[in-house]
Amino acid sequence: MHFKRITLLAGHYGSGKTNIAVNLAELLSKTRDKVAIADLDIVNPYYRTLDSRERLEAAGVRMIVSRYANTNLDIPALPQEMYAVVDDRSLTCVIDVGGDDSGAVALGRLSKRIAEENDYDMFLVVNRFRPLTPDAESVAEVRWEIEAAGGLRFTGIINNSNLGRLTTAETVLSSVDFGKACAEATGLPLIATSIEASLLEELDGKVPDLFPMVLQKRPVD
Amino acid sequence: MSEKVLMKGNEAIAEAAIMAGCRHYFGYPITPQTEIAAYMAKRMPKIGGTFLQAESEIAAINMVYGVSSAGKRVMTSSSSPGISLKGEGISYLAGTDLPAVIVNAQRGGPGLGGIQPSQSDYFQATRGGGHGDYHIIVLAPSSVQEMAELTIKAFELADEYLMPAMVLADGTTGQMMEPVSFDFEIKEPPAKPWATTGTKCERPHNIANSLYLDPEKLERINNERYKRYEIVKEKEAKAEEYLTEDAEIVVTGFGIAARIARNAVDEARAKGIKAGLIRPITLWPFPDKPFKKAAEHAKRFISVELSMGQMIEDVKLATECRVPVDLCYRVGGMIPSPAQVLESIEKAAQEVK
Repeated sequence: MHFKRITLLAGHYGSGKTNIAVNLAELLSKTRDKVAIADLDIVNPYYRTLDSRERLEAAGVRMIVSRYANTNLDIPALPQEMYAVVDDRSLTCVIDVGGDDSGAVALGRLSKRIAEENDYDMFLVVNRFRPLTPDAESVAEVRWEIEAAGGLRFTGIINNSNLGRLTTAETVLSSVDFGKACAEATGLPLIATSIEASLLEELDGKVPDLFPMVLQKRPVD
Repeated sequence: MSEKVLMKGNEAIAEAAIMAGCRHYFGYPITPQTEIAAYMAKRMPKIGGTFLQAESEIAAINMVYGVSSAGKRVMTSSSSPGISLKGEGISYLAGTDLPAVIVNAQRGGPGLGGIQPSQSDYFQATRGGGHGDYHIIVLAPSSVQEMAELTIKAFELADEYLMPAMVLADGTTGQMMEPVSFDFEIKEPPAKPWATTGTKCERPHNIANSLYLDPEKLERINNERYKRYEIVKEKEAKAEEYLTEDAEIVVTGFGIAARIARNAVDEARAKGIKAGLIRPITLWPFPDKPFKKAAEHAKRFISVELSMGQMIEDVKLATECRVPVDLCYRVGGMIPSPAQVLESIEKAAQEVK
């Protein structure tokens, strides 16, 4: 697919935004010169893009992250280089927005300029196995909450339904209808279904627009 | 919710509490357990429950005291420094023989410490934590599934034995996401004839109190409470044993440490070392029996902890120091690796040859 200059990932807490952001930045770095990943998460001090530093550095992706991410200083700090996202239009940017409306608040600082430039996509990441977003209605509710808090309109949905380490091809297949229902309820197009890369072979041809990912490392198995 | 869902450990605790009939939650934000409060804030208003962010941890634990006195299931949660603040209130709950559930998602200490995982509140939890002679029931989950199971268990035990129960988790178990099933059968809570629900002029007043003007009576109440603790020790101590039957090296650890230790035990077995694991699920009461039994054939114990060595004292007490106990640890928010535990096992195996 054609990617805009800025791709934002937002959605419910724990829906899988960071994994998608990291893999997308890596993918973009293969075809574009200046790719950056911006971590706007002000809510969760854990499971950050910084966990994939080695991978991203190897891919030549510039990391725009708060210097306090992954430290013991638990404050809602934004990265000091954050404005590069809107000031430097030669950058291709992936923005990892914090979870829920409370995480999307930080986006308000940039949303006006992103909307003015109008070269962006913002994808709503959904996982039907998260207990507070099990159906299209709850997803639609989260969508409005995030748009209101972040000041930016979504342009598509990524179905990231998974059960962590218990995820099988069956898990993904059982979420296909959910993905469609979310698209229908929100009026947003279903852009992709993201999966752990090892499931690609089994699902190829069965689910359209698959986005295979190498997942971030877990701290403990 | 019989289908599996993907949850953070903290969210699983909150949902399990709701399933157990808890409709009152009081808390004050602190990392790494804030998801519990956030989840309660979203869910409680939809099911007619109360979520209240108190002005402090001390306020929250005293709100817990109030609701518990009125006979309702109630919970609060915090992380290490916040639990210290709740200490006074927990002592009052114990002194009034009130059930309540307290969650501690431990972080590195002492003092403000850090926000990464720790197990260094073991002494505080298992010895009571506040002032006076008392215990609380302490349960140690090592997976997201167990976060849910043991939260429900905590409500049941607290009601049965009329004492506070703590779910002693840590930053990692609280934050990690795993599939969890909520296929639980929830028992009806026992009748609470002691609850302060109004006499309707039909019975004498019920009083929730921990102040005794007569020292003889206070002594008697303390002695009676400790008789009840003996029953808890006898009936409720629980551990999981893994490959302990012929083990020469017995590794032990609770919560997240046990998961790491289990991987190391598997690796040691693959190398021909007779290693096993005892994972205490209740920390108070401490499961003495499997340790006593293992001490009959084990040549060495290794306690794996995210602390400077706290549970190791209970291991020594349980085994009456008959077998040497090594310590394998990391602190400050760091987590031991399976390789570090394996190294300890190999070293011990060399020494006992």
